[in-house]
Amino acid sequence: MNFYEIAIPAFFEGALITLEMSAISLLIGLAVGIPLAFARVYGNKVLQTISMVYSEFLRGTPVLVQLFIVYYGLPQFGIVLSPMVAGCLTMGLNSAAYQIEYFRGAILSVGPGQMMAARAMGMSKVKAIWVIMIPQVIRIVLPTWANEAISMIKNTSVCYLIAVPELMTQAKIMISRFYNTIESYSLVAVYYLAIIGVMTVVFVLIERKIKIPGLEIEKNK
Amino acid sequence: MGKEIIRLEGIKKVYGNNEVLKGVDLSIRESEVVVLLGPSGTGKSTLLRCINLLTVPTEGHVWVNGQELTAPKVNINHAREQLGMVFQEFNLFAHLKAIDNVAVGLTKVRGVKKEEARKRARIELERVGLGDKTDLYPGQLSGGMKQRVAIARALAMDPKVMLFDEPTSALDPELIGEVLEVMQKLATEGMTMVCVTHEMNFARRVANRVVFLEGGVIVEEGTPDEFFQHPKTERARQFLGKFEGQFQ
Repeated sequence: MNFYEIAIPAFFEGALITLEMSAISLLIGLAVGIPLAFARVYGNKVLQTISMVYSEFLRGTPVLVQLFIVYYGLPQFGIVLSPMVAGCLTMGLNSAAYQIEYFRGAILSVGPGQMMAARAMGMSKVKAIWVIMIPQVIRIVLPTWANEAISMIKNTSVCYLIAVPELMTQAKIMISRFYNTIESYSLVAVYYLAIIGVMTVVFVLIERKIKIPGLEIEKNK
Repeated sequence: MGKEIIRLEGIKKVYGNNEVLKGVDLSIRESEVVVLLGPSGTGKSTLLRCINLLTVPTEGHVWVNGQELTAPKVNINHAREQLGMVFQEFNLFAHLKAIDNVAVGLTKVRGVKKEEARKRARIELERVGLGDKTDLYPGQLSGGMKQRVAIARALAMDPKVMLFDEPTSALDPELIGEVLEVMQKLATEGMTMVCVTHEMNFARRVANRVVFLEGGVIVEEGTPDEFFQHPKTERARQFLGKFEGQFQ
């Protein structure tokens, strides 16, 4: 069997794992990032500090260091995670730190006035965030967030260092078998490019779909 | 004029070293239209926001419709439902059509069904002359229209009192009239209103009582005729002097 007959399906498997990891990590990032972003803007001093420390700590250290702490470090405390779990957890918590900043920017750009109006009509803070802020924040954050999603696809490649069988790992395996560095890495690059190309188009379509006339005008007023 | 609906007692508000309100007492009766006047930075808007506790007074007590809002463990969200508020910057919800801006309080605060809420919203928008703009987003409306939607949004909650915080100050001059007209109509219909405004003609024609604040205290109050024709204090005279151009 020649290289391509083996590599193309193997890379396809790898690509699926890359996509799966990225999706899970992005979701972890959203689940942690959005609440901490709102905590930073609307929370009390304690919540604000927690959010800030989290964000500074995880943005201030290399993701590789974080990955090794989770995968090689935690077992010292009896916490042994599979490569996939360690990878998703690290990438997700790391992404959350960046997502806090994106969402915070979007929340601030909506401004305090609408929140005040919502509170004045009798909405609780949580309800106002949910009903008034979130729908706008999502629309405003989407273009920036798309970049985070695209970065995530590429950044998950560091997880080959803990042997998650994702796209980059497949390339390594092929190289050890066929000794064709250029072909393997180039083919991997094409796979990444294809995934990201499709994602870019999808995000543009979503942006168009949920666009609200004048939301930007109102926000820049 | 009916029973007392708002009572403020000894309201003080301090920001850092800056005492914005220095002990204000005010009582407002049902169907009364009270205009708060005074130079910029004298705490008019702060006082207005103390009524629905958007600004929490450092000291003092607020009663609305017999309930003390400043008492501990008051459900302030519930209390705010009876106080409609209109802001200088409109603060419409940018992601909602005009009709949903008006309906959202009914559905999300009162738990009214969406269809019913939209029916009511349509009525309120017609009341402010925007029956044909229901499906437009705030970004597609002029400033005057936005403010009228904001008024409709507050009215949909059946408030006992409407609070206006400089409702025309962010508007182009040619758009002020349409908003004042709506406010005047509300006043004639018997709505209790507390307005912070610099529209002297509105104060003269529509108010039952003018309250003049300066330096965080009420300096003078009275009927518009008393206040505008025969101001009792030197400070009120000085203030009115600056607006002479506005009087025909």
